[in-house]
Amino acid sequence: MTQDLDFRTGLKDVLPTVFGYIGVGLAFGIVAHTSGISVWLVLAMSLIVYGGSVQFVLASMLAASSPVGAMVASAILIHARMSLMSMTVAPYLKRESTLQNILIGTLLTDETFALSMNKLNVTGHKLRPAWFHAANLTAYLVWAAATVLGALIGTMIPDAKALGLDFAAVAMFIGLLYMQMITDRSKPFLRHLGVVGFVAVALFGLMRVVPGTTAILIATVLGCLFGMGVEKRVQ
Amino acid sequence: MSNNYVLTTILACGLAMWLLKVVPFLLVKAVRLPSWLLQFLSFVPVAILTAIFVESLLIARPGAWPAINWPNVGASLPAILTAILTKSLLAVVVVGVLAMAVIRFMGWA
Repeated sequence: MTQDLDFRTGLKDVLPTVFGYIGVGLAFGIVAHTSGISVWLVLAMSLIVYGGSVQFVLASMLAASSPVGAMVASAILIHARMSLMSMTVAPYLKRESTLQNILIGTLLTDETFALSMNKLNVTGHKLRPAWFHAANLTAYLVWAAATVLGALIGTMIPDAKALGLDFAAVAMFIGLLYMQMITDRSKPFLRHLGVVGFVAVALFGLMRVVPGTTAILIATVLGCLFGMGVEKRVQ
Repeated sequence: MSNNYVLTTILACGLAMWLLKVVPFLLVKAVRLPSWLLQFLSFVPVAILTAIFVESLLIARPGAWPAINWPNVGASLPAILTAILTKSLLAVVVVGVLAMAVIRFMGWA
């Protein structure tokens, strides 16, 4: 990753995450197709809902004829962590126009958020809309294309899982997490490691009482508070 | 499943999720965030990435401690090692996917 923030660099930086979108997108297309959602509606969902974990939950809730209100509530709960990410990245784009902020916020994902956090560490804490749009748009289009492809040809692939592609997303988060830990020099590596350990334990415990996506949100908040507590103690 | 029902769901969820992402941007632009909040947010990237990653290593069992997703743990180890050795996102993804393919091919999962 270089310090350049133009559109082309954005395309280059987002490339590794594309595999994750393809792997998970194909998987979603297959699941949606078997749940009886037509290809056009798969495309509409990927373009309008645009959230991997929410889409998987919607596919199964739709198949079970759940009430729309219940599905919206689930979507909000699963997606609430995006607000944390938006608020974290927004201060770096404060001086850009409102329209640019809305455009970047609209297509922000877990992956492009994490990528931008990695990027900050090599650009002297600067971000530019051109770079962000390149990353966001690539992610958006690849996701939509992969889900449609999954819905179209999913039934022809006997076992897409055998290729290990579905693990691409997890691997990507491993890479993004490690890069963040070593490049965010605002905190010593050991403090990052402390937060990682705390969040891991908190998540394990939380998953006993709440669904995984809710556990992610609560564990993140607790992890941030833990980090603040440690920082206060050090000062 | 009627198309109308699916489309209504898509539009309602899409709007709610869009607001969740966009409102914080507008809020941050309008007001100055207090320093304690900025300090809190400075931990978000590592905390949230850890939570997303660890969640993928566990299998929820309502009312009981989560089980371990051993295939994912197994494929994560070479991926973590690759991250430390290469610091390349692309290499981590490729090694992770290959590791998972091997685990499944060998019938370990």
